[in-house]
Amino acid sequence: MSNTLLSIRNVSKRFGGLHVLQDVNFEVPAGSIYGLIGPNGAGKTTVFNLVTGLLQPNGGNIDFQGESLLGLPSHRITHRGIARTFQNIRIFKEMDLLENVMVGLHDHLEYGTLGLLFNTPGYCRAEKKARERALELLTWVGLDHKADLLADSLSYGDQRKLEFARALATEPKLLLLDEPVAGMNPSEKTVLMEEIRNIRDRGYGVFMIEHDMRFVMGLCDRIAVLNFGRIIAEGNPDQIRNNPDVIEAYLGKEDDQ
Amino acid sequence: MLEQQLLNALTLGSVYALFALGFTLVFGVLAVINLSHGALFMVGSYAALAMVTRFNAPLWLAMLGAMLVSGTLGLLVDVLVLKPLRLRNAPHLIPMIATIGVSIMLTSAAQGLFGAEAMRFPEETLPAGEYIVGDVHVRALEIAIVLISFILMAVMFTILKRTQLGRALRAISESPKAAWLLGIPVERLFHATSFVASALGGIAGVLIALDFNAITPGMGQPMLHKGVAVIILGGMGDIRGALIGGLFLGFAEVISKAYLSSQMGDAVAFGLLFLILLVRPAGLFGRQLERKA
Amino acid sequence: MSSMATWFNDFWSTYSTLVFTVGVHAMMALSLWLTLSCGLLSLANAAFMGIGAYASALLTLQAGWSFPAVLLAGGVAPALVALVIGVPVLRLSGVYLAMATLAFGEVVRITILNMDITGGPEGLNGIPLATEGWHILLLLALTIYVLHRLRRSKVGRAFESIKEDEVAARLMGINVARYKLLAFVLGSFIAGVAGALNAHFTFFISPREYGFENAVDFLTMTVLGGTSGLVGPILGGTILTLLPELLRFLHDFRSLVNGAVLVLVVLFLPKGIWEPRRVRAWWVRRTGVSK
Repeated sequence: MSNTLLSIRNVSKRFGGLHVLQDVNFEVPAGSIYGLIGPNGAGKTTVFNLVTGLLQPNGGNIDFQGESLLGLPSHRITHRGIARTFQNIRIFKEMDLLENVMVGLHDHLEYGTLGLLFNTPGYCRAEKKARERALELLTWVGLDHKADLLADSLSYGDQRKLEFARALATEPKLLLLDEPVAGMNPSEKTVLMEEIRNIRDRGYGVFMIEHDMRFVMGLCDRIAVLNFGRIIAEGNPDQIRNNPDVIEAYLGKEDDQ
Repeated sequence: MLEQQLLNALTLGSVYALFALGFTLVFGVLAVINLSHGALFMVGSYAALAMVTRFNAPLWLAMLGAMLVSGTLGLLVDVLVLKPLRLRNAPHLIPMIATIGVSIMLTSAAQGLFGAEAMRFPEETLPAGEYIVGDVHVRALEIAIVLISFILMAVMFTILKRTQLGRALRAISESPKAAWLLGIPVERLFHATSFVASALGGIAGVLIALDFNAITPGMGQPMLHKGVAVIILGGMGDIRGALIGGLFLGFAEVISKAYLSSQMGDAVAFGLLFLILLVRPAGLFGRQLERKA
Repeated sequence: MSSMATWFNDFWSTYSTLVFTVGVHAMMALSLWLTLSCGLLSLANAAFMGIGAYASALLTLQAGWSFPAVLLAGGVAPALVALVIGVPVLRLSGVYLAMATLAFGEVVRITILNMDITGGPEGLNGIPLATEGWHILLLLALTIYVLHRLRRSKVGRAFESIKEDEVAARLMGINVARYKLLAFVLGSFIAGVAGALNAHFTFFISPREYGFENAVDFLTMTVLGGTSGLVGPILGGTILTLLPELLRFLHDFRSLVNGAVLVLVVLFLPKGIWEPRRVRAWWVRRTGVSK
């Protein structure tokens, strides 16, 4: 029985009179790839917003590694080990790629004000290490040759990769990916699939929202299906594929982005 | 005594509301904080004065002239300054900074042309007459000011709530892109709004100039601050808020000047503004600043 | 050789105040740049300058403190105020923050205007001329050094990321509230010290020098010079301090040029005059040489 990384119990969220999530329950185990699917507007991104502290639930519990995340500000949740990418990509356009990733390393740079002001060896060492680590991450996603370019100049697919590298820089235990392959061509998707499997094999947990069924079914160990704010099914890809409620919710919709 | 002060407050408050109405209209429709609104207010009063003294125009005509002059200037600002920034998708603060520049230019020009000394409307042009109701002296001038302000506000209110034009403007304030997709001539309405809002500012200038019988190049600045206080109080982008906020500020100011100290009356506006921003940035009725494209 | 020395002496006796003012204004523009670099448009820095000026002047006049102590106090006083109001005010963003700082600035000015100890509308007179050129040079250089080091460190990166996208910055583990407060308080400290320096060479200060118009002047300097680096604010501060002197003949229309400059810069040079990227691109086009 693997460790539960993220546990979501009886979570509900309202905006005024609108119930976006009702009584949502599921668990993301460590060392696995967990998928969250559902028609548009089902509330999937809201789940991510709740986990990362951008919103607070109206009821229920969200625990990470056994400790509650409720009431914590977002930056503390990141400290605990949760990183996230966004549906509409939120990279820092006016910074170059290296700097973008280095921002992700923010917490892990240990030096004080004195070091900063007086260029102490400790400071130089820390900055150098950060630079190397950032370059390492960029190499891993294949963007190292563009390290000095402005993030704004990247193609859509490359921007996604950058966001990915930056999220990894925070050294998360759980990586939340919001539609990671939206806008990618098939070969890029295959590459990303491999990368995500690599991450999982290194012990990270991955929790993703995706619309691309082939991608989700091929990659995820377990999947939860959200419809109108409720979980209507939960299980491994085969179970989900054959679940009549799921099929109905999608009205036989094809995958593809 | 109190009734007299209340009358003063009503007079002052209704002009504040009128001024704030123009200000909040631009904010609601164009999503821009137009900090040249105060300068346009000042220009209106000089324009009216010029018409009265140079062309011997009757006061009512001068008021229309003020609206025309301020409105046209406001339109020019929109076309020459705000529109290029819109096309560039500049972040919100940039147009605001640009309008600060416009304000400085207009104020400096007014000072250069008319000098820094306070000017007045000639005695004979002011509506004469005073009525005595109980213990209160009511000047005909004050009645005129309150009436004009309320009539203009009522007209604006009606247009916005009950006409096709008003619906179009409200659609734009929700989402210019959606409005455009619906076939609404967004750019033209931006220009029209700038014109009307500035015209309202201009006539507010004339009314204040009549109330205090003083016109200075710098009169726009404190008025602008009060306008900001009003729309923060009443909510940015909300017409009702401008009305209620304006009256409230007028009352707060007059009462504190009468019963506390004269100077602190000015600080009241800012203190209030500061506190409201901390507690409820969207104001009493307002809505969020960021809107969908 | 001695004619050069004479020329310099003459120049200095006429223009030393102007040069000092350029230094002070450069510091003010840098303090504004600091808050802008974190995405905060604060219109309170003129008020902070005023607090620093008055605090230091009063300590010199009434408590007889030494000049270095007075300079320090001139920085600490507004910093404490910034610390107190910063926590609630910095929760606001964009325009609301600008409005709140504007309002705060006016409250400060009106308070100074109405207090007896500050001399009210007549201001404070007879402040000893304690500031010398090297004071300003040293403190300006120190400011530049500190800001430069901040920029290149994780603090500078944190500021930049907050400016671009607060939410994303938060999710990078950055304590946004704390960094905004740092920028705000440090900015106020610099402005306060600039105010203290200023008070001690102008001999006389009044509330009129620390109001909204002045805050806008400093904003113009920063916007004109360029916000992408430290050179910009200094350049803008220099130009906009010297320009009114050169344009004296325009009398009242001097400000018109200031205003026109602001509008034109916003329209045509959105990042200001000193914009390394644009300069670099122009250089590449001219010489065909890429970096």
